[in-house]
Amino acid sequence: MSEMYQEIILDYYRHPRNKGVLPHPDIVSHDVNTSCGDEVTMHVLIKDGKVGNIRFSGKGCAISQASSSMLTEYVLGMNVEEVAKLSKDDILKLISIPISCVRLKCALLGLKVLKLGVIQYLGKTVKAEDEI
Amino acid sequence: MAGMNVRGDFPFMKRKLVYLDSAATAQKPKKFIDSVKNYYENNNSNVHRGVYNLAEETTGLYESAREKVAKFIGANGKEIVFVRNATEAINIVAKSWGAKNIRKGDIILLTQMEHHSNIVPWQMLAKAKGAKLVYVPITKEGELDRKEFSRLIAKKPKLFAFTHVSNVLGTVNPAKELIDEAHKNGVTVLVDACQSVPHMKVDVKNLGADFLVFSGHKLYASFVGVLYAKRELLENMEPVFGGGEMIKEVTFSGASWNDVPYKFEAGTPNIEGAISLGVAIDYLNKIGMAKIAANEKKLIDYCYSELKKNPLVTIYGPKKRAGVISFNFGDMHAHDVSSVLDEQGVCVRSGHHCAQPLMSVLNIPACARVSVGIYTTKNDIDEFLIALNKAKVVFRL
Repeated sequence: MSEMYQEIILDYYRHPRNKGVLPHPDIVSHDVNTSCGDEVTMHVLIKDGKVGNIRFSGKGCAISQASSSMLTEYVLGMNVEEVAKLSKDDILKLISIPISCVRLKCALLGLKVLKLGVIQYLGKTVKAEDEI
Repeated sequence: MAGMNVRGDFPFMKRKLVYLDSAATAQKPKKFIDSVKNYYENNNSNVHRGVYNLAEETTGLYESAREKVAKFIGANGKEIVFVRNATEAINIVAKSWGAKNIRKGDIILLTQMEHHSNIVPWQMLAKAKGAKLVYVPITKEGELDRKEFSRLIAKKPKLFAFTHVSNVLGTVNPAKELIDEAHKNGVTVLVDACQSVPHMKVDVKNLGADFLVFSGHKLYASFVGVLYAKRELLENMEPVFGGGEMIKEVTFSGASWNDVPYKFEAGTPNIEGAISLGVAIDYLNKIGMAKIAANEKKLIDYCYSELKKNPLVTIYGPKKRAGVISFNFGDMHAHDVSSVLDEQGVCVRSGHHCAQPLMSVLNIPACARVSVGIYTTKNDIDEFLIALNKAKVVFRL
């Protein structure tokens, strides 16, 4: 029971890594899950086409906040083009917990926010296949 | 706690869920479900149209449902408008009465404990008209600040719109006293009765409300809304939607309006929804709203006192309340509380409950909410309390 709430999720929820804001970010992206009110903001500093620094802030359930925090660690140093291509499966692999379909939106909020920010930074338009 | 012994009337109970979200929508009695089925099998035809017997019959059923609704809240049938939902009812008042009566610089008085449906339509109106929205604050206990109310109502706002029972705090606002004081100041009053009509006897004439709205689906019936308005108000209001049914005569150059309440019911209405709402009201009348209120009070008091014993629980709102208990648990987010309870077959709502401004006053992002209905038993509350204890284990609290 409650396999969603494994120690690692609770740990990231209670001790979020990379939580906060950056003073002069290249990317500021924010979104909310309208149905539940979870919100995430991502601040990203780009250095040589890569994620040089990243912070997230927000409020919401353990799943949305922990997965956002884990995502910031995952993308640090990653090429922005690659970040733009991250998918739902990448997140599910990253957090590696069984997610019920009602909670999928929570798990994917951080990625949604980050991808939108990165795609806009790259000057591209958001296409249907970019939606997660 | 003997309970109501009505669970057998609700086919949904066969799912063996602990359903504690009746404030969002109530489960339906078999009599209601049968009446919807019966409508489509035996009565389906449009209302106020055909002159054949079947159409007359259906129109009769639809209009007698209107009379039942009217009687249920102490109104006259001409004062009852069937709409899509309570939100639509408030929007109609804002777009029709509001457009005519609210002017630049006018004040519209609301409270901090309103549902979005009783905030946003007024924000839209205020923006369009250059009017000002003012909110009566709540006290630490989650009750309306009466001193502030008296101060603000004396400023003679054009309208005071408030919720009878808060969908988050469970606070029962002293509607009659508030309305009396508003009327003494010449203020028109709208009551959002979505969370009171299913739980207690509500009489519009006794309250003196100018407008009152509620939804059928929270009253063990269909997804229809009810707008009550004093007849003289309705007579002087322009329709919001144009089309069939709401007209008297149409020419190529214009149209004249039908009588009240029909001029507000453009197009084919939710016919079976209205008819079966009448059936649900018959069902509730047979049990008696006083008995329903007394039983729910026992359940809410029991749940409240049990939750109070748990140091991890924070309850929002006063002890004296109706229908709902909203709370947070340890450092768990309400969605996580709801998820863990869900795994144990307990359905509770979590989130901002369409009351984000109130969440900001309470200084919380969200909360979980237990709400009861006539089929709720002490056993449901106990199952919920056991499930909550398991949440403690899951979250290592």
